[in-house]
Amino acid sequence: MAKQIVKALDGAKAVAEAMRQIEPDVVAAYPITPQTEIVQTFSQFVADGLVNTEFIPVESEHAAMSACIGASAAGARVMTATAANGLALMWETLYIAASLRLPIVMSVVNRALSAPLNIHCDHSDSMGARDAGWIQIFAENPQEAYDNTIQAIRIAEHPDILLPVMSMQDGFITGHGVERVEVLEDKAVKEFVGEYKALYSLLDIDQPKTFGAWAFYDYYFEFKRQQTEALSKVPQVVREIGKEYGELSGRYYDLFSAYELDDAEVAIVVLASTAGTARVVVRKLRQEGIKVGLLKPRLYRPFPGKELVEALKHVKVIGVMDRSIAFGSIEGCGPLFLDLCASFYTYGNGKGPQIVDYIFGLGGRDILPEQIEGMVKELLRIAETGKVPYRVGYLGLRE
Amino acid sequence: MTVETKINLKELASKPEKFAPGHRLCAGCAEGIIVRQVLSAIDEPVVVATATGCLEIATSMYPNTAWRVPWIHNAFENAATTAAGVEAAYKALVRKGKIQDRNVKFLVFGGDGATYDIGLQWISGAFERGHRIVYICLNNEAYMNTGIQRSSATPLGAHTTTSPAGEVIPGKIQWRKPITEIMAAHNIPYVAQASPSHWRDLMIKVRKAVAADGPAFINIFSDCNRGWRHDTATTIEVSRLAVETCYWPLFEVENGVWKLNYKPREKKPVEEWLKAQGRFRHLFQPKFRHLIDEIQAKVDQEWEKLLERCGEKQ
Ligand SMILES: Cc1ncc(C[n+]2csc(CCOP(=O)(O)OP(=O)(O)O)c2C)c(N)n1
Repeated sequence: MAKQIVKALDGAKAVAEAMRQIEPDVVAAYPITPQTEIVQTFSQFVADGLVNTEFIPVESEHAAMSACIGASAAGARVMTATAANGLALMWETLYIAASLRLPIVMSVVNRALSAPLNIHCDHSDSMGARDAGWIQIFAENPQEAYDNTIQAIRIAEHPDILLPVMSMQDGFITGHGVERVEVLEDKAVKEFVGEYKALYSLLDIDQPKTFGAWAFYDYYFEFKRQQTEALSKVPQVVREIGKEYGELSGRYYDLFSAYELDDAEVAIVVLASTAGTARVVVRKLRQEGIKVGLLKPRLYRPFPGKELVEALKHVKVIGVMDRSIAFGSIEGCGPLFLDLCASFYTYGNGKGPQIVDYIFGLGGRDILPEQIEGMVKELLRIAETGKVPYRVGYLGLRE
Repeated sequence: MTVETKINLKELASKPEKFAPGHRLCAGCAEGIIVRQVLSAIDEPVVVATATGCLEIATSMYPNTAWRVPWIHNAFENAATTAAGVEAAYKALVRKGKIQDRNVKFLVFGGDGATYDIGLQWISGAFERGHRIVYICLNNEAYMNTGIQRSSATPLGAHTTTSPAGEVIPGKIQWRKPITEIMAAHNIPYVAQASPSHWRDLMIKVRKAVAADGPAFINIFSDCNRGWRHDTATTIEVSRLAVETCYWPLFEVENGVWKLNYKPREKKPVEEWLKAQGRFRHLFQPKFRHLIDEIQAKVDQEWEKLLERCGEKQ
């Protein structure tokens, strides 16, 4: 195991620190709360000569992703960061980056989408981009945000994958929340990420290539098939790299993490920082003899449906907590609920637990342990009576 | 900047062609002519970014490509930034010793839609940051790829499918945006206007642009016979008329110094150029004829201003 230093860092600084150690060839980024600290901190690293990176302070997020695409096609290792409206502004180019198979790594500090304008956390921004062809990984805390950033480079650049990665953390809650973070030595990170050698490069002057050609009904379909095939290989690669990173750091990573799930009768499924709060609730209720467990997906795209079904199929009732609404979906549910329901339909052999969705935390609304506890009690009632009072509920909402 | 201004046609003809035949540009399209003039003017290795539009569509239909140089298409509005990203990658990779410095040049082609309208912010940003890119606008004065819609480069009175000439409205009702001036206002080292009818002038400008220590912009008049409605064989004639009528003056702004590159011996009336194109046909009806005078007045006004700027009025 490599030597590590303990630092007090918020999630944004932790990502900036990882970026300093990775030292990408090109970073093109634009500030937006609550991601700004990443760009600012990284700019300072550039100004202080701590990184040999070409930093492009672009005039918009669309330009940030546009420049990243050019730089990545030129064979550079490329990173950026954004949130909310910035991510939304990139929409067109997100698809282009993924479809050109460019291994760009982007840190997203989750923030609610307008309107009303709001700078606080929910997941509507990255959920809006969930079908863009990017790999999406959620972090619970600054430590995971740091660790995921480093692993994201390896995942994106893996020869079987070559796809961009979005590495998420919760705005303010994680992004601005200072915590204890174990930081690897620079050398260890550099060795772990290695040198990037692009398969094809625009700068291969002697063997010129055309990037971004257009294709009609005679070829387009096959491109898309290859793209989705590459995504299907991601879970395996994420696991391998998570294990290798564990050997280096002592922190092992998988597709998801489970807590008290083995004998659970009811389970909470939730992404990111709220998993920390939910864990506290599970611990407390377990002491009271209540059989509740927790599952926190880490990899969200591609959705590891088979693995989640395997891990959850024994429980009677699942309470999914969604920090965004997939507007217009069944009962106004959230995307995590949709994905989990579809997974059970697909892999559950016609059987599966009751699944109820709880929308929470929109626009940064606090979620309290008591609210989660109340939710668990409701799940237990459903388990007992078999009656589902509603399919989609709300936590912490004034009605 | 000093660049080789001697252009030997025989020598040029013996150089390998960087833009392959067999592309799908229309017969008589100026874009292919211009791209060949541009690429053959440059001796250094080039990487080309192209905005969505006719040129991109006609040259990169998978699995074929007309580009014998590295080429990238990203989207409609962001070709300048894409090239800026490539340039940044080049700088970083050279600095880190990962690739050799071969004095690579970064070229962008965008239509007037990509340049005057949807991509203006991206170009402006890239110019302000000083990326060493040469941005070439292939100005055919409308969105031709999508079927001849107006752009802010379309002149007053021109019929397009979104500024159609009708019973009461005489085609486009606004004049064109002074994009070359707007680019010059960025105080970048080199800005110019050119026309393929004056190919020697055009090629020297390209050489100056690639030699510039910073961003460069060339607005090239790019005749589109489909959109402008004239015979496919008259592309160069119509282009030359635009220069001879001073509708499309040839000038350059080198490190802030304005210079007129061509002064017609006799300034022809703009009507001669309008007459050569079907897109202005409706202006010759009595009820719309006053627009021809208005166009002439605009051209005169811009020409006088240009003469003054270029110190041609003492
Ligand atoms: C964001 C976006 N909006 C609209 C389009 C549709 N579109 C493609 S090319 C084009 C017009 C291109 O016009 P111009 O830049 O003048 O180039 P030309 O085809 O005339 O050479 C339009 C509107 C697009 N591809 N992307």
